[in-house]
Amino acid sequence: MTYEELLIELISKDNKYFVMTSENRAAMRGITTQIKNNFIDTGITEQTMIGMAAGLALRGRVPIVHALATFLTMRAFEFIRTDVGIGNLPVKIMGSVAGFLSDGNGPTHQAIEDVSIMRGIPNVNVFCPADIEDFNICIRKVLEHPSPFYIRYLNLQPVVQHTAFEIGKAEIFGDGKDVAILVYGMLFAQAFKAKQILESKGFTVRLINMRCLKPIDEETILSTIEDCKLIVTLEDHFITGGLNTILAEILMKNKKTANVLPIALMNKWFKPALLNDVLEYEGFTGIQIAQKIEMAIS
Amino acid sequence: MIKERLNELQQISLRVREHIIHMSGNGGCFIGASLSCADLTVYLYNEFLNLTKENLKDENRDYLFLSKGHDVPALYGTYVELGWLEKERLQNHLKTNDFIYWHPNRNIPGIEFHSGSLGHNISVAAGVALDCKLKGIKNKIVVIVGDGECNEGSMWEALLVANAYKLDNLLVVVDRNQFQANFPTEELIPLNPFDKKFEAFGCSVKMIDGHNFESMEKAFTQFPFSEGKVSVIIAETVRGKGLPSIEKRADRWFVNFKQEEVKQLIQELHGEAKATLTSETIVAR
Repeated sequence: MTYEELLIELISKDNKYFVMTSENRAAMRGITTQIKNNFIDTGITEQTMIGMAAGLALRGRVPIVHALATFLTMRAFEFIRTDVGIGNLPVKIMGSVAGFLSDGNGPTHQAIEDVSIMRGIPNVNVFCPADIEDFNICIRKVLEHPSPFYIRYLNLQPVVQHTAFEIGKAEIFGDGKDVAILVYGMLFAQAFKAKQILESKGFTVRLINMRCLKPIDEETILSTIEDCKLIVTLEDHFITGGLNTILAEILMKNKKTANVLPIALMNKWFKPALLNDVLEYEGFTGIQIAQKIEMAIS
Repeated sequence: MIKERLNELQQISLRVREHIIHMSGNGGCFIGASLSCADLTVYLYNEFLNLTKENLKDENRDYLFLSKGHDVPALYGTYVELGWLEKERLQNHLKTNDFIYWHPNRNIPGIEFHSGSLGHNISVAAGVALDCKLKGIKNKIVVIVGDGECNEGSMWEALLVANAYKLDNLLVVVDRNQFQANFPTEELIPLNPFDKKFEAFGCSVKMIDGHNFESMEKAFTQFPFSEGKVSVIIAETVRGKGLPSIEKRADRWFVNFKQEEVKQLIQELHGEAKATLTSETIVAR
């Protein structure tokens, strides 16, 4: 089922679902006429869209809002924090072209602090699927959950068959003990490649698709640090506030330590280019990730 | 408006102002803005809005959003007079055992949404207005904003969108007390011609005397002013209205008066001797 089909199904079953966009129709372009009584395009107005979403939620609706992740999470940050966060309203915030997916747009469009700032808001949860199949498997539970969610929306084809989803639970591939790669979002595919390369060289690898960054699957992380010699945090996000920081928080909270290799954007915006060239330039292809891990192991 | 009702409303306003003045001691409050919009809240809740203690959760009710949240003492005072809030609870102002503080929150019956950060509640109200329109509900969604608040771009953005979608069930009331925190609006960021600005954003505008109930009735009863347009009422008001010793004073925005001063101000409100104020100005912004 595509995202558009899911939206049509949800709306036909329950009038509470309401689709909003601040003129970013990529995810629902084909169905706007069909869902016209549950749809509004507010124009290029991220703040107003979030405020209106809060108002709709006060009336019992579940607004699903769409915009580019940078403008949504940063232009409208205070509206998300103040109206949605303080209000604890079930607004679902779909940020598109987050992380490396903004490819050639440049730093203005690079949402690479979005996880950090969204998870910092009380009540707001964070869901970052690996690809469109992962998104489709998980999104129904995210939309049906009573709390606000920030979602890194994406439309990439899967490289694996994904499994069933529970809020706050990671998806685990393999039980290797040499290295565990913790990853979220579009880099999952590169991590999967890295896993295959490392395994061909005789290393055992555990690949963990985090899915939710908040609530975080602390149980899986704790068992992984017990089992595995090296823990890699892999993210198209600034090193500050994302998965690497989340891991550090869990280690401190549980009085644990681990051998950790962070692969993230180190306090700089990435080189704008076509996606594959971005990955290559910044050192985030499967091959480059495998090389970094191999060096860290040896 | 019949004379008896006018007199009743004036008496209610006087008591609401007493409540506000009492809240200006023991930690203080934004007294100037609270007094400027007190007559508006008294009129709206007593005459205009379909809101009673019994229907506060009814989905067909009218809505009032106080976007300029710092004048919430005017709401508390109005709610006490309506019987929605026990008068004794005002003693809990700024106490940790209650939810009565400097800005509104939904723990107080009647308050639809929290505010305090300016420029938010027109868009929130527009969301409510949109839902009501789609469901065919014939209700009124009112937002009180400050004139200083109109510095915020998000206000104008929300009006653009609300007019694009013809939300004529939305009424914006501007408490035009001529001041923002520290300065007269026209000295810092001029707003005039104010009505023309709202009209340019697609609204239908009326100007009224925000302390005159007959002037209010004349305008409010014509709502919605134009089909398909957001209605705006610019209510000319006086900061600190009712207390000559603080009226139109830039330095009496937020105050924390001593109990003796509070006592004197209550007397001043009733036309007795003018208060002698010695508490220092608090610059909170």
